[in-house]
Amino acid sequence: MGMTMTQKILAAAAGLDKVEAGQLIEAKLDLVLGNDITSPVAIKEMEKFQNKGVFDKDKIALVPDHFVPNKDIKSAEHCKCVREFARKNEITNYFEVGEMGIEHALLPEKGLTVAGDVVIGADSHTCTYGALGAFSTGVGSTDMAAGMATGKAWFKVPAAIRFNLTGKPAKWVSGKDVILHIIGMIGVDGALYKSMEFVGDGIGNLSMDDRFTIANMAIEAGGKNGIFPVDALAEEYIKAHSSKPYRIFAADEDAEYDAEYTIDLGSLTPTVAFPHLPENTHTLEEISKMEPIAIDQVVIGSCTNGRLEDLRTAARVLEGRHVASGMRCIVIPATQAIYLQAMEEGLLRTFIQAGAIVSTPTCGPCLGGYMGILAEGERCVSTTNRNFVGRMGHVSSEIYLASPAVAAASAVAGRILGPEEL
Amino acid sequence: MICQRGRPSGLVNDMNAKGTVFKYGDNVDTDVIIPARYLNTSEPGELAAHCMEDIDGDFIKKVKKGDIIVAEKNFGCGSSREHAPIAIKAAGVSCVIAETFARIFYRNAINIGLPIIECPEAARGIGAGDEVEVNFDTGIITNLTKNTSFKGQAFPEFMQRIIASEGLVNYINSKQDK
Repeated sequence: MGMTMTQKILAAAAGLDKVEAGQLIEAKLDLVLGNDITSPVAIKEMEKFQNKGVFDKDKIALVPDHFVPNKDIKSAEHCKCVREFARKNEITNYFEVGEMGIEHALLPEKGLTVAGDVVIGADSHTCTYGALGAFSTGVGSTDMAAGMATGKAWFKVPAAIRFNLTGKPAKWVSGKDVILHIIGMIGVDGALYKSMEFVGDGIGNLSMDDRFTIANMAIEAGGKNGIFPVDALAEEYIKAHSSKPYRIFAADEDAEYDAEYTIDLGSLTPTVAFPHLPENTHTLEEISKMEPIAIDQVVIGSCTNGRLEDLRTAARVLEGRHVASGMRCIVIPATQAIYLQAMEEGLLRTFIQAGAIVSTPTCGPCLGGYMGILAEGERCVSTTNRNFVGRMGHVSSEIYLASPAVAAASAVAGRILGPEEL
Repeated sequence: MICQRGRPSGLVNDMNAKGTVFKYGDNVDTDVIIPARYLNTSEPGELAAHCMEDIDGDFIKKVKKGDIIVAEKNFGCGSSREHAPIAIKAAGVSCVIAETFARIFYRNAINIGLPIIECPEAARGIGAGDEVEVNFDTGIITNLTKNTSFKGQAFPEFMQRIIASEGLVNYINSKQDK
């Protein structure tokens, strides 16, 4: 029996010829990541190690992004702790405000994650780098501390589910709709402990930004990682952003999967996840038959959908239009480079003229930190990744997860709909 | 924290849990275990003060040292915040039993030494307010209120060693000593 793509990467990182699902291994790490919420806990744990110091100052990335620019004194203290640790240990890849971006958009952009890498990050959306053919997965702060100290982590080799993507998505259907459709189909624990391996000729019709969005939300189906084969487009991306050597792995022909699904991308329509779970999905067509769902706020951004293509799509919808009266529409470019490019392309002008605001990169509202907290009973359409109870504010507020196109159209209409209904 | 094959002796003293059950359903996420609005601190006591706040406002008022959380599928789904098991442990909870756990929560709980057990039968057969005892050496979960018992899933030896060392950092330190 052969190995899946994920298993092959893990076998190589563990120095083994072969691994199988369920096997416990110790793998070498190419990158260890933390943010301003998880790193302080890891730094405290680091102090307990007998061999103090980090395994490799070039293979650690510290990205304060959740509550920065510092939202309050306590957050400022956390950021200070991370900054001082980075200085003391001469961490190469520490990103201060002004250079930082939302970690999972920033790291690929900076060329820190490439095909064949094994990456752990103390943030659940670390699975994003699977879009580049890397094994990457979220862990907690203690695992991050151990990773920073030893350059290794233990893993249980995952079984896998294979998603065969065929066809071409229709206009206004994006990576977000693909992953919401999948989560709706298999549920929020449908891939628990497993790899989600995406294959098929439909992948050629997905942009890198689409793939980042899909891999990003593997965790929302419980997945350990989500991973794409490395095609010409992915290689082009890696070469354009990184000088690191990369290694392309492919699943064996006879690899075994716990389940297989075929999804015709051409058959998908814009999809929205209703409160309070990402699996509560409805298509726009279904929504159009319901009572209108009035909304108070729209957020376009996050590690899921704050990339350039997402902003371009939102601007295309908002161009020449204005957000509904009383609507707060918050646009958050995920990195400084994306922000600058959006400025040069005139996207920021479009947003501002449409009555939206544009923020510096931050995770902010996605996890109810700041920059768009919801009051009692308020509703938000958001391009973020989670719509749990109280996630963006008051415990009775509601989040509807959608693509940038649907979010922008909903901002204009004041209720949930797609761009074609405007 | 179940060890059907026995525990390395002398490392851990009191390996039983006994307490009153707080019962929850499927997909208890880390945002309700500890809302992100409180993540500007990492002090266990401060985190514990808001534990389960968005799903059960009474939890922190009622929880006593040793109490047990029992939930259904996918407990701890969502973010990687280790603050979630830290808050539960600091609130005094001695053990979490669920039908299944989300994988990052599972790792985090082991790494900080919060005992957790996957046991679908126990998750179904135990209700809110039941008195439950867990014997970590035999893996037996006893519902004292309903006079029923269940066998929990064993941890692999590798994880037992991490738990017996009372966390991943000590485990790594002890390996370096050898």
